[in-house]
Amino acid sequence: MRKLSLLVIVMAAFLALVACSSATSTTEETASNTSTEAKTMENLTVGYAQIGAESEWRTANTASIKETAEKLGVDLKFSDAQQKQENQIAAIRSYIAEGVDVIGFSPVVETGWETVLQEAKDAGIPVIMVDRRADVPRELYATYLGSDFVEEGRKAGEEMNRLLPDGGKIVELVGTVGSAPANDRYTGFRDSMAENIEIIDSQSGDFTRAKGKEVMEAFLKNYGDEIVGLYAHNDDMAIGAIQAIEEYGLKPGEDIKIVSIDAVRGAFEAMIDGKLNVTVECNPLLGPQFYDLALRAVNGEELPEWVPSEESVYYPDKAEELLPERQY
Amino acid sequence: MTRSRFSWHQLRDSQLFWPLLALALILLFNLFFTPGFYNVEIKDGHLSGFLIDILNRGSILMLLATGMTMVIATGGVDLSVGAVVAISAATATVLINPALATELISSEELIKDVTSTPLWMCITAALLIATLCGLWNGLLVSRGKIQPMVATLVLMVAGRGIAQLITHGQIITVYYTPYFFIGNGYLLGLPFPLFIAIFVYLCTWLWARRTAFGMFVESIGINAQSSFLSGINEKNIKLAVYTFCGFCAGIAGLIYSSNVKSADANNAGLNLELDAILAVVMGGTLMSGGRFSLLASVIGALVIQSTTTTMYAIGVPAMAASAIKGLVVLVVILLYSEQTKLVLTRVVERVGARS
Repeated sequence: MRKLSLLVIVMAAFLALVACSSATSTTEETASNTSTEAKTMENLTVGYAQIGAESEWRTANTASIKETAEKLGVDLKFSDAQQKQENQIAAIRSYIAEGVDVIGFSPVVETGWETVLQEAKDAGIPVIMVDRRADVPRELYATYLGSDFVEEGRKAGEEMNRLLPDGGKIVELVGTVGSAPANDRYTGFRDSMAENIEIIDSQSGDFTRAKGKEVMEAFLKNYGDEIVGLYAHNDDMAIGAIQAIEEYGLKPGEDIKIVSIDAVRGAFEAMIDGKLNVTVECNPLLGPQFYDLALRAVNGEELPEWVPSEESVYYPDKAEELLPERQY
Repeated sequence: MTRSRFSWHQLRDSQLFWPLLALALILLFNLFFTPGFYNVEIKDGHLSGFLIDILNRGSILMLLATGMTMVIATGGVDLSVGAVVAISAATATVLINPALATELISSEELIKDVTSTPLWMCITAALLIATLCGLWNGLLVSRGKIQPMVATLVLMVAGRGIAQLITHGQIITVYYTPYFFIGNGYLLGLPFPLFIAIFVYLCTWLWARRTAFGMFVESIGINAQSSFLSGINEKNIKLAVYTFCGFCAGIAGLIYSSNVKSADANNAGLNLELDAILAVVMGGTLMSGGRFSLLASVIGALVIQSTTTTMYAIGVPAMAASAIKGLVVLVVILLYSEQTKLVLTRVVERVGARS
């Protein structure tokens, strides 16, 4: 009920807004694009509506957005929606009222954003979606910046090809069944995997250490020394599997090559011990890329629908020096 | 003729019969369809194989099922055991290395194999907190007169939050080797958790069957009002079973965290309460309370673990695993339904009559 009445009020307000400002806003828009000079980082004002702090990944993401703003001299208005869509909409409205140059946000849910994004568009403020994507028409947002899970899987596949030049039988620990990262990392890996590598078994470890260990134990009982490689959809499952491999009496990282995704701290510790061969990053430090896109959007540049976040691949030789810098 | 029918009835009426039948069916399936399922070899001085895995992994569930049986026998239920597992795991691991939760530590310092709290204190503290959680449930149910499902739901939801507060939202990794023995050690070639589970089972059995306690529990489960009128202190008995259930979950938490050498407040013991309830139900104890069998619940736990391990062993695709597990549960639960039993009995009788 409350939501419905809220919606009605919002619609009414929106109609009124369109009615009285349609004439002026278009002229303002063209004026700001042509007459004023190109914006720089120093005089850029950004409003950022964050979801909340639901995971370590998000915490690192928030830290990156804030710290990069400070470094670049961007004027950042930041809000934390505590996992509520109402809060995020309210925050975006207030940014529109304040007249920021760009709005960035990670939509907490996929639907229900048309109205507020239309308001932002009418006010001539480009919107960039970060990490998550809302289900809205293309013209309502400037671009989407986020991880490409398929690409992560593809990179993992390439690393596996490199580690196993002669091929062999490998096993796979799948993430939570049905989740986007699990589905995409599954397909991506198979895209780039060499023909002489064969995935002999693939089971879900639910992205957790305990399940990863349990499933790996079963893999080892079934196939034993046949297994020469392991592909885990995240680091935690790989860490669990490493324990299972050690208890079975094989050497993780040597007898069984291991590739995983995420690049969290535990993975770096495992790489230092030589038990993990490669971890492909799922980067939360999106700050620098975000402000770069924001500036380009403000200066009227046409941006692609989706900009994949910059992600790296980490190897054991660099692990020791990188560990202290890891923020998550 | 009459003799064979009599023994069939006797067999059918034993609470142990149905879970044993379910276990036998799963093991029989594996005999034909899973090559190598029964292979047991000696590795590093201990036994290793799928059967050992079932006993090892099943210990946690056996422990939880033991505690849960007592609670369900009083006509209650404890939904919070999974969360208590997480709290216990978080407490023990944080005490071993409190700094891990709040700051970054260099890897040299980590592998020093030291603990900042003596091991016995970590274990005692974890068990104490878990027991307190159980006591809290017991107070809500017995003194607060809140329905058990609602009362324990509070801790089921809040418990993971408490565990996260303890670990500061981090996954705590343990590097202290003596702690690993609880969940990874071997005694006489068999996994150590199994000995813990059997020990707790025996103690509970003595407590329930060699004292009048078990009878009190059953009488409350059948009719709380008349038990009260006949002089049974219903409140204190309920308090005791919930507290005990928390204690069992505490031990399970220690085994869990020791086994994966870490504590993950979000995922430790996730959905375990449902498996524990299922184990008790498979053991033939009614959700409405009354007659219970600890051994049947423990076998129920083994049935669930055997199903899981079988999935891994035959390599069911990840996407299908949950659906197939559900199917197995359905078949087993159908075995328990009075209607099915009736049909089965008729079939057996008819076959008996023919021969």
